[in-house]
Amino acid sequence: MSTVTDPEQASFRLSMLLNDTRYRSLTFQAIAAILLALAFWYLGNNLIQNLRAAGLNISFQFFGEPSGYDINQRLIEYDSQSTHGRAAIVGILNTLLVAFLACLTATVFGVFAGVLRLSNNWLVRKLMSVYVEIFRNIPVLIWIIIIFTIMTAVLPAPRAFRGDEPEATMLFGAIAFTNRGIYIPAPVWGPGSIVVVLTFVASVVGVIAYRRYATKMLYAEGKLLPMAWPSLAIFFLPSVIMYFLLGRPIGLDYPELGGFNFRGGLQIGAPLIALWFALSIYTGAFIAENVRAGIQAISKGQTEAASALGLRPGRVMNLVILPQALRVIIPPLISQYLNITKNSSLAIAVGYADITATLGGITLNQTGRAIECVLLLMLFYLTISLLISAGMNVYNNSMKLKER
Amino acid sequence: MADTHAHSVAFARKTQIPPSPPPASETGVIKWLRQNLFATPANSALTLVAIWAIYSILAGTVPWLLNGVWSTASLSECRDALQGEVGACFSVLSERWNQLLYGFKYPSDQYWRPNLAFLLLFFAAAPVLFFDLPRKLLIFTGLYPFIAFWLIWGGSILVPIVALLGFVAGFVVFDRYGKQSFATGFFGAIVAAFVIWTLGGIVIPDTASENAMLSQVPSRDLGGFMLNLMLGVTCVSLSLPLGIVLALGRQSDMPLIKGICVIFIEFIRGVPLITLLFVASVMLAYFFPPDSTVDLFLRVVIMITMFSSAYIAEVIRGGLAALPRGQYEAADSLGLDYPQAMRLIILPQALKISIPGIVNVAVGLFKDTTLVSVISMFDLVGMIRGPILASTEWNGVYWELFSFAAMLFFIVCYGISKYSQWLERRLATDHR
Repeated sequence: MSTVTDPEQASFRLSMLLNDTRYRSLTFQAIAAILLALAFWYLGNNLIQNLRAAGLNISFQFFGEPSGYDINQRLIEYDSQSTHGRAAIVGILNTLLVAFLACLTATVFGVFAGVLRLSNNWLVRKLMSVYVEIFRNIPVLIWIIIIFTIMTAVLPAPRAFRGDEPEATMLFGAIAFTNRGIYIPAPVWGPGSIVVVLTFVASVVGVIAYRRYATKMLYAEGKLLPMAWPSLAIFFLPSVIMYFLLGRPIGLDYPELGGFNFRGGLQIGAPLIALWFALSIYTGAFIAENVRAGIQAISKGQTEAASALGLRPGRVMNLVILPQALRVIIPPLISQYLNITKNSSLAIAVGYADITATLGGITLNQTGRAIECVLLLMLFYLTISLLISAGMNVYNNSMKLKER
Repeated sequence: MADTHAHSVAFARKTQIPPSPPPASETGVIKWLRQNLFATPANSALTLVAIWAIYSILAGTVPWLLNGVWSTASLSECRDALQGEVGACFSVLSERWNQLLYGFKYPSDQYWRPNLAFLLLFFAAAPVLFFDLPRKLLIFTGLYPFIAFWLIWGGSILVPIVALLGFVAGFVVFDRYGKQSFATGFFGAIVAAFVIWTLGGIVIPDTASENAMLSQVPSRDLGGFMLNLMLGVTCVSLSLPLGIVLALGRQSDMPLIKGICVIFIEFIRGVPLITLLFVASVMLAYFFPPDSTVDLFLRVVIMITMFSSAYIAEVIRGGLAALPRGQYEAADSLGLDYPQAMRLIILPQALKISIPGIVNVAVGLFKDTTLVSVISMFDLVGMIRGPILASTEWNGVYWELFSFAAMLFFIVCYGISKYSQWLERRLATDHR
């Protein structure tokens, strides 16, 4: 009988910290922690010494002080007596506004160009690839400046609209393109308009509900309900009927030439247009590539299989190709939205008052509080990015292929 | 049987009829046109719209380009020369050519130095970009940063030589001890390099840069397209090793290391580059020792490098994740330790997969170098918006300048992306 003896328990030696896999990772992490702490201590120490030398401290009191500068493009009430904090909020809203608008139009441009790049038409295909290549390979800053230049240097001044035979005329008598921005009619909310708006919201919900019901019927009972016309009817009819029943509560305020400038209407400033349009066409080129890749990723066999089952081309697209292609298209699409939001910080180059231009620009220069302003600026963008990527993760999980 | 006779008469031909040519509408140009441009009515409408679009673009630009004036001294002279006709005023390009390329402060008798550095860049980049070239050429690539630094900034030649010696000493130490233990070699190399640099710092006299062979040019005198190229090349090459380290750190089993890398990457990717440039221009100075002056160029390089390394780290992480697990297990079963497994098995494959992504990041980064104009550095865009458009002679010449800038960037970025596509085809081994 042989007995198995345990190997002698080796006593702990210092070299085991580096050579024994049980301890090695702890050693490395300890070293990393010490280095990190040293780095922070070094940087923090420098910061304190520098601040003391410059007679500064870290304080956020300037947010309560009057800003003393004006902002042309704003969504909420603001004047030069308002506080720096309110200026920052105006900036945040402006950032969100231009990011939202640019996301919408970039998607439209991108899907349009991406689908046309796969067209059977040779000329259109080539034209779209020229568009994609040109816009992808030139910095967005140059595009923003070019479009801003078109807006300010090429479009006519408001006085060109004056006189009996003006050099420039308004489009449809309602929209004026001037070098100070574009003037469009503004809606006037009369009494009762809230009812119309609510009806409209309700009908949007109704359309979604109807389409869900139709899909459910299709899958559960194989019944094909008509989609297009009922959707359109639910979308438009209730609001229109309510609008006329209540005696047209929503009116339009047309811009009119008065004095040296247009009065009334809604002014969309040249910086906003430049930023919006430039971000849209630039990012649209990237989205076009994503869309093309997404559609091409679906193998031809899917189309053929669907046709073999007897589906009509429209249904092949809706029921077979698109659901699969969207799975490929949407994640990069959302990261393009993230890029738009981050690139909207280039507003500072054309003087659009977004958060970078207010908090990181004028407020920073006026108060000299560089550290506070830049940190808050980064925190804002970080929050937006994390929110968007959290949303993307939720979407990805819900769209994940459920394998059985 | 009589009526069957008619059927028995030989009717078949003895010879085959030569094939008749296809109808005119099914051959050559016409067939191509029909298939590709006028297949359906909707398609034809699309073609007509496209032709109209192309025509209106060409009608606007061609006369403008062809009537261009190249040799006047100011915009008003251009207008006189054109006499009311449509035409470009390209004279601004020929007159301000040097400013557009080198900025307005770089000493004009020294332009040959950046030119030479630019020319040598091709030789340095060639062995990295094209694998078929002899590997020995990589030695020049290794020397290039020091040569380029000396050429562009000038000053004492001792500075780049000491810097180079530090790297050489580090490499020698690593080569000597790295085979037995990676950690010894690695840390030994760092120590050796620092010893050489410290010694060098003591040996080089402070006055070495005066009366040097190449006169010293301070960083704030750099500008124009040269600045864009320098920032792009420097930051991409610096961020590649940093990105690899970050990607490996993010894959690590050690929670602390992984946490640091994740936070760094997500933080950098979550903020726009412009805020990082603000950090470089107004904030970073607070974090350096009180009486040190780190010039703006270096601060910007630090921030852009951090920025692009985070993006490159994500690309490489994708490459690492795309490798089959078997590769990691195979490396383990061969008894390789972590540095060996990474160096010999994992990274060569992972990097190969991530090359297209890295090139995309590089193109994006190169385009983003224009953002430095916002923090008042005079790169190409900064030169155009600043000194050139503000001058009395050229106030109002927008299109010529911006199309020139757009063209320069287009050429570089399109070239790089074509290279990337070529490389992708080249590397597609398809037996993964």
